[in-house]
Amino acid sequence: MSAVAMLPDAETERPLLKVSRLSHYYGARLGCRDVSLDVYPGEVVAVVGESGSGKTTLLNCLAGRLTPTAGSVEFRMRDGRLRSLFGLTEAERRLLARTDWGFVHQNPAEGLRMTVSAGANVGERLMAIGDRHYGTIRATALDWLARVEIAADRIDDEPRSFSGGMRQRLQIARNLVTRPRLVFMDEPTGGLDVSVQARLLDLLRQLVADLGLAAVVVTHDLAVARLLSDRMLVMKDGTVIEHGLTDRVLDDPREPYTQLLVSSILQV
Amino acid sequence: MMDVDVNEAGLPRVVVSDPAAGFTPLSNSPPQGGRGPVGGLGEGGSETADLDGALSPLEGESGSGGEPPREGALGAVLDDDATLPTYSFAYLDEQTKRMIRRAILKGIAIPGYQVPFASREMPMPYGWGTGGVQVTAAVIGPDDVLKVIDQGADDTTNAVAIRGFFQKTAGVATTTRTGEATVIQTRHRIPERTLEAHQILVYQVPIPEPLRYLEPRETETRKLHGLEEYGLMHVKLYEDIARHGHIATTFAYPVKVEGRYIMDPSPTPKFDNPKMHRSKALQLFGAGREKRIYAVPPHTDVVSLDFEDHPFRIQSFSQPCALCAAEGVYLDEVILDDRGGRMFVCSDTDHCEERRAAGHRGALSGEAL
Ligand SMILES: Nc1ncnc2c1ncn2[C@@H]1O[C@H](COP(=O)(O)OP(=O)(O)OP(=O)(O)O)[C@@H](O)[C@H]1O
Ligand SMILES: [Mg+2]
Repeated sequence: MSAVAMLPDAETERPLLKVSRLSHYYGARLGCRDVSLDVYPGEVVAVVGESGSGKTTLLNCLAGRLTPTAGSVEFRMRDGRLRSLFGLTEAERRLLARTDWGFVHQNPAEGLRMTVSAGANVGERLMAIGDRHYGTIRATALDWLARVEIAADRIDDEPRSFSGGMRQRLQIARNLVTRPRLVFMDEPTGGLDVSVQARLLDLLRQLVADLGLAAVVVTHDLAVARLLSDRMLVMKDGTVIEHGLTDRVLDDPREPYTQLLVSSILQV
Repeated sequence: MMDVDVNEAGLPRVVVSDPAAGFTPLSNSPPQGGRGPVGGLGEGGSETADLDGALSPLEGESGSGGEPPREGALGAVLDDDATLPTYSFAYLDEQTKRMIRRAILKGIAIPGYQVPFASREMPMPYGWGTGGVQVTAAVIGPDDVLKVIDQGADDTTNAVAIRGFFQKTAGVATTTRTGEATVIQTRHRIPERTLEAHQILVYQVPIPEPLRYLEPRETETRKLHGLEEYGLMHVKLYEDIARHGHIATTFAYPVKVEGRYIMDPSPTPKFDNPKMHRSKALQLFGAGREKRIYAVPPHTDVVSLDFEDHPFRIQSFSQPCALCAAEGVYLDEVILDDRGGRMFVCSDTDHCEERRAAGHRGALSGEAL
């Protein structure tokens, strides 16, 4: 049974993340402007656009890693109340980040501890929230390594000795072990070769479905958006120029820019 | 503020300027006869009595009143031998000692929290207990009796040098007897004898930050302490068990103080960790190079980190001390010859001596060392 199926209907109908008129400027330079977006439980939203269009800026604002210049980001806490991210204390925000959220970096070295074993990488969040039973932590780590297709006998190896694809899968396991409700991913398949990418995408799709995860996935690869997401935003020059169900946007793009993107890229 | 030169004993001689006179050195002349270089003071008892009050570290503090500070203290010393150049009591100037005492008080108020302090240059290299020496200098008074140990022993070079330093600069009595000491400065051990309420244990600390191993950024470790995010400490213990099948950390074993701050107990063996728990004595920690002071006030909970299924355990020794037959104490291995001969003896030399004086005999106590 997926997490979504266990939630009362009202829960899936109320947004988990609510973003209103969000802008971020780096000094005078525009990062992103006037973005509004709701993310519902169990839903995957893709953010696509060319390089420099503001995808990472937006994602970092949503995840509380950057403070927006204007606008608001609210998250529905476990008690059902929407709270403004930037009204939380840093301690609350960090607790959220290691329990209810995940953040998958494009470069796994940023999201992993490269000098501790794979098992400890997966177990860290459990220990951070108070798990004090070594046997349980290790069993959970083994279970998660299996889910992301890392052999059990690599549990005591450091990620330094892992391939790029393995590192990315380890990063995903490390993030999902606390069963977060919302996962942010920045180009999760970037920097991997095509066959490895395809396998990782399959895995992600399956995990997202199994766990009923909500996710915001940044990518400039429309194929990734097609495979993973329910809805998508198209960004250009810091603003959202088109927004809709993924199939609709890709099959029937309305904006000339999106039409150009789809016709030039998706025909492969 | 100070002139430092080195006397024949190799210890620096400090000439404190008179603050009222705009920090002009009183004298630069080398010591002449009289009291120096070491000893005499304190051990005899009568001279200690003369110094009572006069050299109280709290006396000369500037602030209230308009009189030049330290007048009384300097007077007492100069009366004794007018040609003798003078030190600040216990080497450090009064302002510095006040600054260190403020850090200590803050540390006591927030048990286990690392308080930054403006660590001074001391006449010894970092790594030789400069942090501990500064803490001792700030808390010691003329009536105190000082004991200094290094790895449990009173007679190692480092311990002897620090003891001599305070004999010379503070004129305090010293002892090797744990029971007689009021201030004990230590490197790497806690005495076996249970400490009492009137005693202060001062630890020399090389690396105060227990999170350093996994998080080298100071900005981040401070945040982790502030937010009580201590998952990383268990990551380290997890790694131990994964690699060795048990928690292999035997020194500097991390503890949680009063249910809040994670603290490095300095490189004492984990054997000593339980002695910190609810100790009646005040425990102070000084890290000179890293410029941190922290404290465990009396009767404070100090709990060693562990896992439910890998609980904290202290080392145990299969045999008693070869000299005094003590059990349940921390033993050092002593190599006897180059044919593999060895024995295990108390690391706490005073404890061993007291037991032997009381008639306890170990298996090898008849043999010459
Ligand atoms: N730290 C920064 N300081 C100043 N400007 C920045 C900073 N980070 C991003 N920008 C600018 O903000 C705009 C949006 O950048 P952002 O990184 O969000 O784009 P992106 O869509 O993620 O691009 P990419 O696909 O290349 O990762 C760009 O013009 C970029 O130059
Ligand atoms: Mg980017």
